[in-house]
Amino acid sequence: MTQKNRLNGGQIDRDTTLSFTFDGKHYKGHPGDTLASALLANNVRLMGRSFKYHRPRGPLTAGSEEPNAIVELRSGARQEPNTRATTAELFDGLSATSQNRWPSLTFDAMAINDRLSNFLTAGFYYKTFMWPAAFWEKIYEPIIRKAAGLGSLSMRADPDTYDKGFRHCDLLIIGAGPAGLNAALTAGRAGAQVILADEDFRMGGRLNAETYSVADMSGADWARQTVAELATLSNVRLMPRTTVIGAFDHGIYGAVKRVSDHLATPAAGKPRQILWRIYAKQTLLCAGATERPIAFDNNDRPGIMLAASLRAYATRWAATPAQRVAIFTNNDDGHRTARDLQAKGVKIAAVIDTRQDAARSYDYEVLQGAQVVDTKGRLGLTFVEVKQADGSIRTVECGALGVSGGWNPNVHLTCHQRGRPTWNDSLAAFVPGGTLPPGMSVAGAANGDLSTHGALKSGAEAARKALGLKGRAPAVPQAEDAPGTQTPFWYVEGCSRAWLDQQNDVTVKDVKLSHQEGFRSVEHLKRYTTLGMATDQGKTSNIGGLAIMAELAGKSIPEVGTTIFRPPYTPTAIGVLAGRMRGKEFHPTRLTPSHVWAKERGAVFVEVGNWLRAQWFPLPGETHWRQSVDREVTATRASVGVCDCTTLGKIDVQGSDAATFLNTVYCNGFAKLAVGKTRYGLMLREDGIAMDDGTAARLAEDQFVVTTTTANAGRVYQHMEFVRQCLMPEADVQLISTTEAWAQYAVAGPNSRRLLQKIVDPDHDISNEGFPFMACANITVCGGLRARLFRISFSGELAFEIAVPSRYGDALMRRLMTEGEEFDVTPYGTEALGVMRIEKGHAAGNELNGTTTALNLGMGRMVSKSKDSIGSKLSERPGLNEADALMQVGLRPLSAEDKVTAGGHLMKASGLVDAAHDQGYVTSAAYSPTLGRMIGLGFLKDGGNRMGETLRLVSPVTDLTVEVEVVSAHFVDPEGERVRA
Amino acid sequence: MHDLTPITALGGSAARVDSVGDVTLTEVPDVALASVAARRRQEAACAQTLERLLGTAVPLPGYAAEGAEYAAFWTGPDQWMLSADFNGYEDVAARIKAEVGDRASVTEQTDAWVCFDLVGGRINAVLELLCNVDLTRFETGRATRTSIHHLGCYVISTNAGQSVRILGPRASADSLHHAITTAMASAL
Repeated sequence: MTQKNRLNGGQIDRDTTLSFTFDGKHYKGHPGDTLASALLANNVRLMGRSFKYHRPRGPLTAGSEEPNAIVELRSGARQEPNTRATTAELFDGLSATSQNRWPSLTFDAMAINDRLSNFLTAGFYYKTFMWPAAFWEKIYEPIIRKAAGLGSLSMRADPDTYDKGFRHCDLLIIGAGPAGLNAALTAGRAGAQVILADEDFRMGGRLNAETYSVADMSGADWARQTVAELATLSNVRLMPRTTVIGAFDHGIYGAVKRVSDHLATPAAGKPRQILWRIYAKQTLLCAGATERPIAFDNNDRPGIMLAASLRAYATRWAATPAQRVAIFTNNDDGHRTARDLQAKGVKIAAVIDTRQDAARSYDYEVLQGAQVVDTKGRLGLTFVEVKQADGSIRTVECGALGVSGGWNPNVHLTCHQRGRPTWNDSLAAFVPGGTLPPGMSVAGAANGDLSTHGALKSGAEAARKALGLKGRAPAVPQAEDAPGTQTPFWYVEGCSRAWLDQQNDVTVKDVKLSHQEGFRSVEHLKRYTTLGMATDQGKTSNIGGLAIMAELAGKSIPEVGTTIFRPPYTPTAIGVLAGRMRGKEFHPTRLTPSHVWAKERGAVFVEVGNWLRAQWFPLPGETHWRQSVDREVTATRASVGVCDCTTLGKIDVQGSDAATFLNTVYCNGFAKLAVGKTRYGLMLREDGIAMDDGTAARLAEDQFVVTTTTANAGRVYQHMEFVRQCLMPEADVQLISTTEAWAQYAVAGPNSRRLLQKIVDPDHDISNEGFPFMACANITVCGGLRARLFRISFSGELAFEIAVPSRYGDALMRRLMTEGEEFDVTPYGTEALGVMRIEKGHAAGNELNGTTTALNLGMGRMVSKSKDSIGSKLSERPGLNEADALMQVGLRPLSAEDKVTAGGHLMKASGLVDAAHDQGYVTSAAYSPTLGRMIGLGFLKDGGNRMGETLRLVSPVTDLTVEVEVVSAHFVDPEGERVRA
Repeated sequence: MHDLTPITALGGSAARVDSVGDVTLTEVPDVALASVAARRRQEAACAQTLERLLGTAVPLPGYAAEGAEYAAFWTGPDQWMLSADFNGYEDVAARIKAEVGDRASVTEQTDAWVCFDLVGGRINAVLELLCNVDLTRFETGRATRTSIHHLGCYVISTNAGQSVRILGPRASADSLHHAITTAMASAL
């Protein structure tokens, strides 16, 4: 029979039937069901196995605090372990599998652990796996790893997408129970921007699970009506299926919205979940309360659950775990469960009340002053043993037992900024107290107002207070107002294997053992026993552990204190923390103005920072990158090549103090640079180490264009802004990045001028005389387009850099190629660029590596002594100016066939090879098609005085030893004749 | 007149248009931009000149202003971005420099940015997935610097809840476009 335990009523859509499977078996349920409620309706109580002892377990709760009923949901790449059946919304085709069992849920071989429980006590690992030490890595660790954990990962990439977003409000209300709904109504009607978030898919909280009335209608109807009104208010945003996972600084809350978890697969383009960052001026926590269990021997059998959860299943989901139910309570709320279930036709076997003066009932038997001392039933509850007031033992037959030990306010979010809750004696529970996150207030059961009336009233009042609303408070809807006192009853005297933490299998005995072994701090208790860890974070177990610990230590519970509550409130998918930032979307890319053209040419791209730069342009027949690169270098040096150098940082520096400013940021002088001239500049850090190099072109008396290396563009700009705003606040200087505004191409090679003369408008003289080496000018090209021309060279050839507004970059590149046909113009990429700069001995990122000084780079004399500049003073430190300081040199292998590797170290021709005898290291290496061999640049102690010396280049990592000769770093055109041609 | 053919920031010959539901994202290449930063001790004079160009007061922090020829939004202390129709104002920087003279530093910014207009009844649903702007108070005429997909962008409210203009770094136009269209598919 299907849905044997389905009751009448409930908030489920019986007109629609949903099919689902659990461990491969088919079941039916309805929209509105959770996986747990549907399984219970189908008479399935056994849903999982416990972590350590593999004890059979069913749901303890009906909400997100669930420790037991955790399953693997879905299959394939979407398989998700450790999903709470109590919160998983049922959808058609849902498939769930039990976890942490082998071979099956009903017969689990690992349940042998339960028999060995005398050995597997708290601290078992620490005591057992101490010796022999050699066993740890090969034997113990693999075994523990295999046994550890609950669910399993699919080991496949998550096929779903996740979004992140931002929302702002005047008042964030967390929890849509009676307090939250009434608060939202109050704030919403007052016109405030309100966000109401609730983890449930149906707003209303306990109102949906109770039978009592609010304002002369059922609580559930009042909730539905209130939500409907809120939905009409444009200033109120309702966020169901949204868990506020953390309270962070400055009124920022993390909230995970489950957009598609209730669907088989997300709709096209839709995310599975969204992580909302909510900026709230004020926050009202209406998170409700969690019922607490009572510990007694074998209190973990499937069918034993919290009494109010039992009631929720019956009232909201029309489901019961069994047709014959007993209740074990220390308060009146347990009796409410008995009444509600009986009204639904469930047989109440007995209400076992610990209080001698518990009220009797005409409808069911009440055992006053009685306690449950043990239970029976291997895979599900069959009997409970009750010790009656007179000491006699009575066995009560039942398939389910509702347990109620009172309620604990959900204070978690109030403590996320290290606040501590305070103890309330009349509730025997922790309530929010101490320092709450700024802007947060608490209402309803979360604040200890356990009655419905109290929740409605405090919700409205708190909202008014938070928003500073004046005037007469609106009337509070009429609702039950049972007194909110609770008497503590944590565990049944004499119990031993009584579960406190059902997820981690921590018993009363374990807590006692922990105390016996000297663990006095509550934080130590947690780590030693694992109480309160794992996916439920001890929502139902912590207080019991604290109570027992307090008793053993002879202290009160508040003296023992609580462990720290940290985000996230409930388990959170890692994917939602990443959002869209995964794979190719991990970071944005930057494309050069010639990207489309380069792609057409079949360029091979390389990521440089976020930029995609053409690395080389292979031609048909070229099978190895070196063939392409060698060709590009040779062709450029023979005639003309073009390279997109837009990626170099460009910073526009203007103002009457622009030259003074550059004199400060560069170690060499700029004040006297003539308009129309460009100068190489070196920036030092405050500590005298080289930071970045580039050029500054003076386009006007009060305007320079500074270039930086591609990699350092952002940092240099940031540094210059710091200098401008903080070190030279009175100077008249303005900065702005123009990197992306201009498409800039290097045109290099002996025919570069001839090519450019076909592009540059004829009224601009770019002859050697009219436009000499290091000249710069605003010009026009192609019949009047504004452009900039710089005569600078990185390759060591006669070269120019030409810039046009980026939108024309593509057209200019195509024009250069067309006009350059007669010169066999060759586009070249970053590899050829790198080879040519090594051949020329120009320093780049490899040499400006954060440890080198101007002196090391052979530019010691560039650091001007006639002015003050950043880093110049500290560059004079003795440690940076020793006689045998590292100096940049060129390295040439004696044998043309030998390899030069960057990272290799330099040793004398003979002698020991070790760190103590280190002479320096290689920073850059390349095959030089111009020289027909590999060459390198490096730093060598006293390098300037060691030209011609033979050294050994060693790389112990790659087992390389090569003899190299120390030569000038300028392998090509050392006199610089070409660049001035 | 030169003979080089421009391409848009997204690499096409025409502006890209994408629609999801009633929201449309349009690439707007015909925007000429220039940054204007007052010279030291010339702040008041610079603002006065800009007021004349705009025909209205210079925008305060967090705001934009629109005149007949030029529009502007605040980018920093005594610093604004001015925009004009590219057709006819391609030389926007030179034109403004001619007006402000030594009272301000002017830098051409036209092709430093990609410009998108996001228009439609539910743009806020898209924007809230993209940037940390308080949309409950993003009235017409508000302008802000914000981060979209790790990119520093400007967002200008041109018609509250109905249309915004987004300026992002031109070289990352593809990434920005992808981020916006993905958010459109997700939100709408």
